[in-house]
Amino acid sequence: MSALPVLPVILPLKVAAITLWFRNAPDKQHRISLAGSFLHLGVCAMLFIRVVQDGIQTMQVGKWPAPFGITLIADHLSVIMVMVTAVLGFAVILYSRAEIGSRMLKSGYHTLMNILLAGVCGAFLTGDLFNLYVWFEVMLMASFGLLVLGREKQQFDGGVKYVMINLFSTLLFISGIGLLYGLTGTLNMADLHLAVQEVQNPAVLTATAAIFMTAFGIKAGIFPLFFWLPVSYHTPPVAISAILAGLLTKVGVYAMIRLFSLVFIFNISYTHGLLLISAVVTMLTGVLGAAAYNEFRRILSFHIISQVGYMILGLALFTPLALAGAVFYILHHMIVKANLFLISGLAERVSGSFELGKLGGLYRSNWFVALLFFIPAFSLAGFPPLSGFWAKLVLVRASLEIQAYGAAAAAVIVGLLTTYSMTKIWGEAFWKPRPPDSDNFDVEKKHPDIWMLLPISMLAGLTLIIGLVPAPFLAVAEQAAHELTHPEIYVNAVLGGK
Amino acid sequence: MGVDMETALAFICGIIAAASIYLMLSGNLIRFIFGLVLATNAVNLLIFVSGRLSQTQPPLIAKDAVVPTEPLANALPQALILTAIVIGFALLTFVFILFYRTYQSLGTVDTESMRIAEPREDDGEDAANSGVNPDKPQQQEGA
Repeated sequence: MSALPVLPVILPLKVAAITLWFRNAPDKQHRISLAGSFLHLGVCAMLFIRVVQDGIQTMQVGKWPAPFGITLIADHLSVIMVMVTAVLGFAVILYSRAEIGSRMLKSGYHTLMNILLAGVCGAFLTGDLFNLYVWFEVMLMASFGLLVLGREKQQFDGGVKYVMINLFSTLLFISGIGLLYGLTGTLNMADLHLAVQEVQNPAVLTATAAIFMTAFGIKAGIFPLFFWLPVSYHTPPVAISAILAGLLTKVGVYAMIRLFSLVFIFNISYTHGLLLISAVVTMLTGVLGAAAYNEFRRILSFHIISQVGYMILGLALFTPLALAGAVFYILHHMIVKANLFLISGLAERVSGSFELGKLGGLYRSNWFVALLFFIPAFSLAGFPPLSGFWAKLVLVRASLEIQAYGAAAAAVIVGLLTTYSMTKIWGEAFWKPRPPDSDNFDVEKKHPDIWMLLPISMLAGLTLIIGLVPAPFLAVAEQAAHELTHPEIYVNAVLGGK
Repeated sequence: MGVDMETALAFICGIIAAASIYLMLSGNLIRFIFGLVLATNAVNLLIFVSGRLSQTQPPLIAKDAVVPTEPLANALPQALILTAIVIGFALLTFVFILFYRTYQSLGTVDTESMRIAEPREDDGEDAANSGVNPDKPQQQEGA
């Protein structure tokens, strides 16, 4: 038993503590946090390689044997999520060098950011439901802090609504935990898989499943529970928007996938049928909502919702191919979405606004920025050969395989409508001539910051690689789907070899 | 006795939860805080009842024995509640400060009149920007 699975959690916590020590030395904070996130990337890559080569890694914290203590478990799904988290953390911390001023650094920006990363990794790696709740709280507290860090009016407005609805979701989550414990007497997820099969009262179990579905649905932003998301995600500084957009809803999706493939699989036609309807409506409302707005980051926020719909669709169809599609979609989406938020910040830096009406002429003044926007934007829309195309292709094929023609049609239509939104941003911000009334902002003198270009290019490069060589990424996603559809592998890894 | 007590506590849980949801939905930040406090207590009570109520011994092992004597009390729900209370307390403190700062900044505790992050359509895009970028008044035309 090695301590590797716990490192992605402990390392950011340590870095958070160190940056707190240097809270009055902004430059040192940047360096420490950057070095820390680079190390984090290394540790996560080690864990990823170990899992891909040797299979599932588990660790019993404090050597308490499995159903009694807290188990950390890194299967393929977990390590994919942890790996992308580390990549995003590194990119965003690079980017914050260009954006986050010393006032925010002194308020603890890097401390909160690292705690957020620790919380997210903890949620991905834990094998215990109550521990999952604790990591959710760690992550939420950090995200609350980050969201209001700039102390702007609109941040307080968005922040209050974000906090309210997320606290409610947390309360639902813990009520669900209480009820599930009352029914089964265990909270270890592998043990739960066995214990729910012996529950005498399936109606109460289904109700509990619905409570969990609502709780994670709020976090993930599925229909009709997504309204907090577009209120809050466009309010904080761009680096914070990007990390929240890239990570937080996906933790909800991850928890949903984990529980509804491992624990709540006793009444698939009901639970997953509900998820299917919700997924399709989520996709449609998200993309239509985006079409109504003209602010860069609000459009992107609505697209998070529609993309979450695709991931839930993969879970709802519940075939190996569909789950592989969902996992691949998450992998592709986290990178692309965080990158688009970062680019919105870059566009604001070189032209002074997030409003599409006031943007323009970026293609002429900064062709490289235009190119960097083009890759993730049209990957999001699903243009071949970018990563989003493969993700959508797999999901559409999976829907057709089990004759879910409605879902397949929705996936294709939403892809087209996404193209509409992305073309809107492209046309307004990049192609159209610069509107005359914004002339007092001197575009020619504004050059993009290297600390902005570096992470954006890195993420865009990753998107290109995933798009051009999708096979290895799909193979890992398929392996993850194989483990998800065969829960006994997970159960044996936790309970078997102790 | 245990069963009756469980039923009674289940009803109390439900009543507290209903009251808390009523308070939370009232659209006033102060009431929301009270609703949150009540909801946290309702959930803690729920976990407590889920662990079953019984008249039992503490789970301690006598000096000369290897296993504890039955019937035992289940200590786990109490550990869960304790964790939930601590986390809930931290969240509550944060919410207090956040709401206070929000009141200082926005001058209202009524959620209906908080429209800065999400301006109404009939206010137009310009109103959105005056909230978004108060320090850049030159950009408020021509959206």
